Amino acid sequence: MADMKVAAYICQGCGLGERLDTANLAKVAQKEGKAQVVKEHPFLCNAEGVAMIRNDIDNDAVTHVMIAACSRRAKTEAFGFSDVAVSRANLREGVIWIRPDDEESRETTQEMADDYVRMGCAEVKKMKLPGGNPEAATNRRVLVVGGGISGMTAALEASKAGYQVVLVEKAATLGGWAAKLYKRSPSHSPYADPQDTGVDAMIAAIEADSNITVYTNAITSKTEGAPGRFKIEISQESGPTTTEEVGSIIQATGFTLYDANNLPELGYGKSPNVMDQAGLEALAKVANGGPIKRPSDGGEVKSVVFVQCAGQRDETGKHLPYCSGSCCLTSVKQAMYFKDANPDVDTVVIYTDLRMPGNGEDFYRSGQNKGVTFTKGKVSTVEATGNTCKVNFHDLILNDQTAIENADIVVLATGQVANSGVDVDAKLKADIAAAAGDNSLLDAWNAAQTEGAVKPISVLNLAYRQGPDVPQLKYGFTDSHFICFPYETRRTGIYSAGPVRRPMDIIQATEDATGAAMKAIQAVENAAVGRAAHPRSGDLSFPSVRREGCTQCKRCTVECPFGAIDEDEQRYPLFNESRCRRCGTCMGACPVRVISFENYSVDTVGSQIKAVDVPDEFSEKPRILILACENDAYPALDMAAMNKEVYSAWVRVIPVRCLGSVNTIWITDALNSGYDGVMMMGCKHGDDYQCHFVKGSELASYRMSKVGDTLQGMGLETERVQTFEAAITDIERLPKLINEYADKISALPPNPFKGF
Amino acid sequence: MSIEKYTRSFLKEVEERVEEGHWVKMCMQCGVCAGSCPLGPHWEHTPQKIFMMIRAGKREEVLSSDSMWMCTSCYQCIVRCPRKLPITHIMHGLAYLAKREGLAPKNQPTAQFGQLFWDNLTKTGRVNELKLSLGMYFKDGFSQGIKNAMAMQSVGLGMMKAKRLSPMEIMGGHGVKDKSGFQAMLKKARELEDSRRKLA
Repeated sequence: MADMKVAAYICQGCGLGERLDTANLAKVAQKEGKAQVVKEHPFLCNAEGVAMIRNDIDNDAVTHVMIAACSRRAKTEAFGFSDVAVSRANLREGVIWIRPDDEESRETTQEMADDYVRMGCAEVKKMKLPGGNPEAATNRRVLVVGGGISGMTAALEASKAGYQVVLVEKAATLGGWAAKLYKRSPSHSPYADPQDTGVDAMIAAIEADSNITVYTNAITSKTEGAPGRFKIEISQESGPTTTEEVGSIIQATGFTLYDANNLPELGYGKSPNVMDQAGLEALAKVANGGPIKRPSDGGEVKSVVFVQCAGQRDETGKHLPYCSGSCCLTSVKQAMYFKDANPDVDTVVIYTDLRMPGNGEDFYRSGQNKGVTFTKGKVSTVEATGNTCKVNFHDLILNDQTAIENADIVVLATGQVANSGVDVDAKLKADIAAAAGDNSLLDAWNAAQTEGAVKPISVLNLAYRQGPDVPQLKYGFTDSHFICFPYETRRTGIYSAGPVRRPMDIIQATEDATGAAMKAIQAVENAAVGRAAHPRSGDLSFPSVRREGCTQCKRCTVECPFGAIDEDEQRYPLFNESRCRRCGTCMGACPVRVISFENYSVDTVGSQIKAVDVPDEFSEKPRILILACENDAYPALDMAAMNKEVYSAWVRVIPVRCLGSVNTIWITDALNSGYDGVMMMGCKHGDDYQCHFVKGSELASYRMSKVGDTLQGMGLETERVQTFEAAITDIERLPKLINEYADKISALPPNPFKGF
Repeated sequence: MSIEKYTRSFLKEVEERVEEGHWVKMCMQCGVCAGSCPLGPHWEHTPQKIFMMIRAGKREEVLSSDSMWMCTSCYQCIVRCPRKLPITHIMHGLAYLAKREGLAPKNQPTAQFGQLFWDNLTKTGRVNELKLSLGMYFKDGFSQGIKNAMAMQSVGLGMMKAKRLSPMEIMGGHGVKDKSGFQAMLKKARELEDSRRKLA
């Protein structure tokens, strides 16, 4: 760029002026950083300092600004110049706060600061001001798939916020599972009695709402596009196929009860008196507050047994391994159906652990008050003979093999199975398991491919290269960052809410749906202005590919955790910018390095790596490169600095968007430039991952596992490159880790590539 | 009385006939009482188990258990129970029911002492300490009684010297002024209790 003008600003505030030779930093910025404008300021983030920078941009044609002051995470508003490229040299949290203030450390501390100024200048020169997504699309409608409590709540919430909603329900009427209930467990104080489901009122509100268009007997037979411009085909049973355009999607497809037919040992199918929770709700609806009759003969019910965890929390591998978190509430509620009608009916709940989420404890207490008997035990078999059943169980308190004779009704709490559609990663997961020696998944997958096998039905029918539904985490529940971004699926602009995301009760599903509605609204608003969704919300950059260099290897399309990349007719990657979360995993994956963001690229980081002044092998000053995830590791390092934790002066830290964006060329570059070691800090991966981009840290650790060979090829020790899992709370651990690693590297001979 | 297991019949009896018995259904089986009891390891069933056995309909086992008799009323369980069950009171209530139903364990020292104390007290309206201690010493026969008395000799002499124990009490000792009135009062109290707790 001919008209690029780089300005470097060096702050002397917060003790920087006292601890560092800022005149020298200015010299470095000018001589080595080649900044055309270099200014020192005693208090850069105050109004006067900011005005100085603003003035240079406005009147001195400065296009690139390097601010050497505090961490890029601090003073973001003061230094948020949106019309120029900005880089930050972290002298406060990165240097003076983590180094001791003594004569001995002065030299190495200054060297650190000098390097960060070099790096900041190098980075900013490679940056461009992001122009925003050119494909920004402004459809602000929300599609809700599923008309149960979750779906209806999401639709009403979005509508109340002023957004139009398209609601698609597979069944003939709205209401879902809740419509089948006689009553629901209580939602408000004193949490003592079952209450009306409220479904009718919700349906009425939806029908009266002009913002909401409802399709019943309908499915989403095709979904294509991206946030802000989804195109949905809605097929109605024996009706026309309609096309609707929406900006974002909420999948609230709920759950199906685990099939009690899998539990013949618990008497299901052997007597009409043994039923699942849905069966009892149906009876209660018929009874409508009167006494519930025994199904086999319409006789009087004197004794009811509720079997908790039927086919759940199973350790044999035959049934559901997890707890559905709502069935205990349901059983207490159902026991009350009997107790409220006739307190003399014996109701026994046999549980292994009674789990009453939220204010369920009060409901439990109310159940006890009403005389429901709770017994900690494990049911082995139910013998259904004639009109009564014998429930054999192990009383876990009394350690007694015992039985309840003459139960008139036995209710099995069978748990929730997510209606999440096709597991798009099934083959991948099976392959990984098979590689680890477990062929069960692969066998199951192969069996599912044979002709005549029951195939899972897709919910969304996404026309994505990566498969027709949103990816699942475990047990069929949709994948999302469980703690930080629970509603975000791995398909941007598509949010899951309710029991399809994890097992839950109505109260939680209502909250979930409200949250997902808010996220769906955010998504359309972000898409409309070409901004990224979380966690880089507001980011205007997007990846671009230099097609001439692309070898069509498809690694980017496969590895993108969010299914943002399709292929065009010539089999080149085709980016859907609005689906992109800007993690850079594609950039890290690309073996020929043709993918880049305007403000984050192989070059912006690579030039920083090369800008560091690596001392020669005789100076006994090793250099260690740290690539730290900006989501957890980098903030943890900042916080360590706030706590004045001390760590080695040999390290140079570069924040990366995600370890997934780390291209192995950076490692090779660093080692070729004479760094003695490379430390990578990313989030936890695996089933309980913490990676903000879901798969980034996992992919990085996989790629780095291959780096060892390269190192050996270069004649280097493999411990020179190491990956560490870091959490945002590792404030004390990370400095320790750095120091230990620095000691280890110092003990090795210097990198033989120094000086080449 | 035969009880079908895990039905509410015995629980109902406990609710009606045992002091604070209506609390039993509120036990959530956390076991804090069992863990808190200083005598926990020394008796047959912890309160947690007793409450579960009541729900399981194990009438005979509960009432013949020695557990209620081992309670020292330290109130640790009441203090710690997260459901605020008055466990100590329930245990004493159960002991009383067991005694009245004739199911209390035989030769249980606490039960024996209780009976001795009651008989001693109700006779004159005052506790005759000399007779009470001698009654305890000799409860297991004459020769054992002599042994017990010899073992406690120094305590007894000390109490006598300190005028805390009068040897003259052996003659019958002192009592309340209106003995028949006192007896009538006890009779009435028992009638009231029996009708309230259905203990005919």
